[in-house]
Amino acid sequence: MAQSSALPAEQYNYDIVRKFTIMAMVWAVVGMSVGVYIACELAWPFLNFDIAALTFGRLRPVHTTLVIFGFGGSALFATSYYIVQRTSQARLAFPWVAEFTFWGWSGGVALGAITYMLGLSQGREYAEFEWPLDIAITLVWVSYFAVYVETLRRRSQPHIYVANWFFLAFIVAVALLHIFNNLAVPVSLTKSYSLFAGVQDAMTQWWYGHNAVGFFLTAAFLGMMYYFVPKQAGRPVYSYRLSIIHFWALIFLYMWAGGHHLHWTSLPDWVSTLAATFSILLLMPSWGGMINGIMTLSGAWDKLRSDPIMLFLITSLSFYGMSTFEGPLMSLKSVNALSHYTDWTIGHVHSGALGWVALVSFGSFYHLIPRLYDTKMYSQALIYVHFWLATIGIVLYITALWVAGIGQGLMLRSFDDYGNLAYTFIETVEFMHTPYIWRALGGAFFVSGVLVMVYNMVMTVRAARYEQAAVEAKLTAKLAKA
Amino acid sequence: MFDWLMWFTRMDNSKPLALALFFGAFCGILIYVFSGKRRSERLESYKYIPLLDDHLRQPDTGSASDHSQTRKVMDNE
Repeated sequence: MAQSSALPAEQYNYDIVRKFTIMAMVWAVVGMSVGVYIACELAWPFLNFDIAALTFGRLRPVHTTLVIFGFGGSALFATSYYIVQRTSQARLAFPWVAEFTFWGWSGGVALGAITYMLGLSQGREYAEFEWPLDIAITLVWVSYFAVYVETLRRRSQPHIYVANWFFLAFIVAVALLHIFNNLAVPVSLTKSYSLFAGVQDAMTQWWYGHNAVGFFLTAAFLGMMYYFVPKQAGRPVYSYRLSIIHFWALIFLYMWAGGHHLHWTSLPDWVSTLAATFSILLLMPSWGGMINGIMTLSGAWDKLRSDPIMLFLITSLSFYGMSTFEGPLMSLKSVNALSHYTDWTIGHVHSGALGWVALVSFGSFYHLIPRLYDTKMYSQALIYVHFWLATIGIVLYITALWVAGIGQGLMLRSFDDYGNLAYTFIETVEFMHTPYIWRALGGAFFVSGVLVMVYNMVMTVRAARYEQAAVEAKLTAKLAKA
Repeated sequence: MFDWLMWFTRMDNSKPLALALFFGAFCGILIYVFSGKRRSERLESYKYIPLLDDHLRQPDTGSASDHSQTRKVMDNE
């Protein structure tokens, strides 16, 4: 049986968790709004107003960086710092270093967004930061590693709970990915050239890119899932042994799958086939983890009728299952020949990013915020409103891009009886106009849900402060009487 | 002296070797995790760790700051 030793709750450092939670929501609003704006630009190109900083090419990395690293990264810092303390029953180590990770990470993300709008970029997808920021981020990441490992070392609980394994794998893997993908020769303060060239450069980029998805957007959020789903359900995870197999299989298989982003290129055929094979194998740990999470609710399915937070968490796992089925399917060379270079890929990414990453984060935050501020959520009804706005938004988004992407892929591959291309490129662009409008609408639904959450969160924190002030006033009055 | 290392540089050799090593390691983990009743019970007991932490609160000592820390929201609230 797992051991525990009693530690008072106030020995945990919640201040850093609160900071990262608030910042995650700030980045969510800004980053996702930029996403909706660039989705509108694709439907109505005049929206770039001929201003270089507002063009799709510059705002797209702003959107991805603010959402992935700003929102996702801050959510992971917040939840990992919370989980490692609660499951280790130890206070967070090195509080000043943890503070540095907050300011360093938030500052890095903000500077990144500004530099992209100024046109300064490495041109590496999801790693557009120029070299000075890359070095700064490395320092923040090493600090994060030190805080996390030292907290685990000081744990009162003999066993390291599986959520921490996922977070540790994420921290170590992202360090490796970030360093090797960003090896470059600087020629000025704002310009550098990659150390790699040609297909090796492409392979390095997609080894990084795919594992950023695998370790940043999957493994780490699974750590979040393995803590918050059991907590919210009030029952332990379905199978701890399955979580161990899930962990080892997932972290081993993900590393090899990056080559599937480069099918039908100058990448050696065997690398491409190896990547596709590992991508298919990935279905097993992915679904093992999904089943483990969903089955945690076994015997208590009624919670889905009464608990909107559980709805967020279980729906996120359903989207995780769906997107980890779609991913291996798209990694098959024959399917990839149709899907690659089309908007199907963008739809797939968003079914994972919005459906899995964002929903599990929102569910976790709804569980976390009342505990951080010692109160209850301001409105349960608004959590339901958020849930439905988010779900409708995701469904609109991904179905619109299935239509756009698969339609575009089929048009680009169509030939007439004489072997000529049946459609010109501009005809495919015209075809995608309507789905692009639906996609923008889906994004707008999703952002509206986030705004509802921010309102709910602000009102919760305000209520907590009033409650705290009232309690303090009562106690002061009592003491004065005595 | 180290010519034998050249054997590993051939893809025809290193690929099946890697497959055998990794697959063997994975089978080893599977066997370790699912064999042995006592080990299984011990591993499964760890799944209660997240549920232990809410039982570790300090009793209310009466001061304002302590009050705020001890009146945490309970599981399932």
